[in-house]
Amino acid sequence: MAILVIAEHSNAALSAATLNVVTAAQKIGGDIHVLVAGAGCAAAAEAAAKVAGVSKVLVADDASLAHQLPENLAPLVAELGKSYSHILAAATTTGKNFLPRVAAALDVDQISEIIAVESADTFKRPIYAGNAIATVQSSAAVKVITVRTTGFDAAAAEGGSAAVEAVAGAADAGKSAFVGEELAKSDRPELTAAKIVVSGGRGMGNGDNFKHLYALADKLGAAVGASRAAVDAGFVPNDMQVGQTGKIVAPQLYIAVGISGAIQHLAGMKDSKVIVAINKDEEAPIFQVADYGLVADLFEAVPELESLV
Amino acid sequence: MKVLVAVKRVVDYNVKVRVKADNSGVDLANVKMSMNPFCEIAVEEAVRLKEKGVASEIVVVAVGPNAAQEQLRTALALGADRAILVESNDELNSLAVAKVLKAVVEKEQPQLVILGKQAIDSDNNQTGQMLGALTGMPQGTFASKVEVAGDKVNVTREIDGGLQTVALSLPAIVTTDLRLNEPRYASLPNIMKAKKKPLETLTPDALGVSTASTVKTLKVEAPATRSAGIKVKSVAELVEKLKNEAKVI
Repeated sequence: MAILVIAEHSNAALSAATLNVVTAAQKIGGDIHVLVAGAGCAAAAEAAAKVAGVSKVLVADDASLAHQLPENLAPLVAELGKSYSHILAAATTTGKNFLPRVAAALDVDQISEIIAVESADTFKRPIYAGNAIATVQSSAAVKVITVRTTGFDAAAAEGGSAAVEAVAGAADAGKSAFVGEELAKSDRPELTAAKIVVSGGRGMGNGDNFKHLYALADKLGAAVGASRAAVDAGFVPNDMQVGQTGKIVAPQLYIAVGISGAIQHLAGMKDSKVIVAINKDEEAPIFQVADYGLVADLFEAVPELESLV
Repeated sequence: MKVLVAVKRVVDYNVKVRVKADNSGVDLANVKMSMNPFCEIAVEEAVRLKEKGVASEIVVVAVGPNAAQEQLRTALALGADRAILVESNDELNSLAVAKVLKAVVEKEQPQLVILGKQAIDSDNNQTGQMLGALTGMPQGTFASKVEVAGDKVNVTREIDGGLQTVALSLPAIVTTDLRLNEPRYASLPNIMKAKKKPLETLTPDALGVSTASTVKTLKVEAPATRSAGIKVKSVAELVEKLKNEAKVI
């Protein structure tokens, strides 16, 4: 049986998350087909065909799929997915949005955010904000799964030469419409893909003080994240939030500045290779997971760190 | 219009859960239970819609053990008008809960269904979307703003790169994200009044819903623990360690 991977893309380009999902599909084993559903998405489909390990790319190009509205996308995926053993998507806001709708349409349970493949029907996933890891087994005819991208390496973006095939059947369900989008602009690497992440919390005091973190991040080629406290206080926009309810990151180096280390924040970053904590409270829980802890005033330590790296 | 809100009884978000020694699950004996934080936001949004005169009645529903009555009473104290408990002692998967909710939706015919985006125990983030597929209603997930205008609802959603706004035809489903609102606390008089509000108890069987599942949990383990780190004395020492010991910069 073959595996259907639903590509994450911006119509013009394939998103990196898709490459991690392809690796998860390789661990399950079987032919890997990638569905690129969008409007004017030929470039994304071309990129998908080059991904190592992909044997076929299906392209559904239709105006109704321009913004991947789940009401339009899910019926298409459910119909195509019937002849596959697995349907996989990245556990991004896009994947989380439409895939449960696919699972329900197929009358099967979905397995969310897998971090490991044990066998073709058995997977590991975190529960309780990452404080427990469940091993789950599915007996469903079609296994519908979202993949936590930080749990799998990225497949090579080059080296494949899959056939590209158009698929029909897209239609507008007529129940929803895209109104607008407000995307945060940033020149720094994407948070979930960055090798180094510098994050600030309530201890930053205000939004202006984040400039210290931006300066450090630029020196390190890092992305900047934040705790929920910093987002709720209005210091930074919410797409920078790392945690159970924000983004899950697993960089080589995570520098937590002025972050106490609540369970919900740790859920988003505790799989980082090396964790550094800078906090003036030496009792802060973040020090229990930090490889290197520095008890210091961040307003002195961060500029000094920036000058030394 | 009528608003249906689904709430879940979960372990309190501040509790650090422990995995059982036999790896059968997490130990929930004598642990504080509460309403799932995202469900509190859902209740709050419904109450605000009622205060604005948009909603006329708020029905709150829970699927779970008898003890979930506590969470329904909390929702009633916050402003819901009546409650429905669909009692089941088994731990149901999202699809089963979505099927139960579909039966409740058919019975109650709400114009808007509000759920939390995910429960903090199973971390699935599925039920609202599944209910959408089963009922054919459109969905506005991860909502940070909800505006009802005529026979449509505009939902601003938190997406990976920022915000997205969609317009949905009613009846529709909304799942709440953290920044939608700040839930209020129940006042003592309202807690007393909530005891008198109607609470109907049903079962999945009575609703004609099968809760069979295609997924079973084989085991639950504690995550790998991180080895204890060290405290450095100065920024210079930190940089030296990162360069030479950890080799990450």
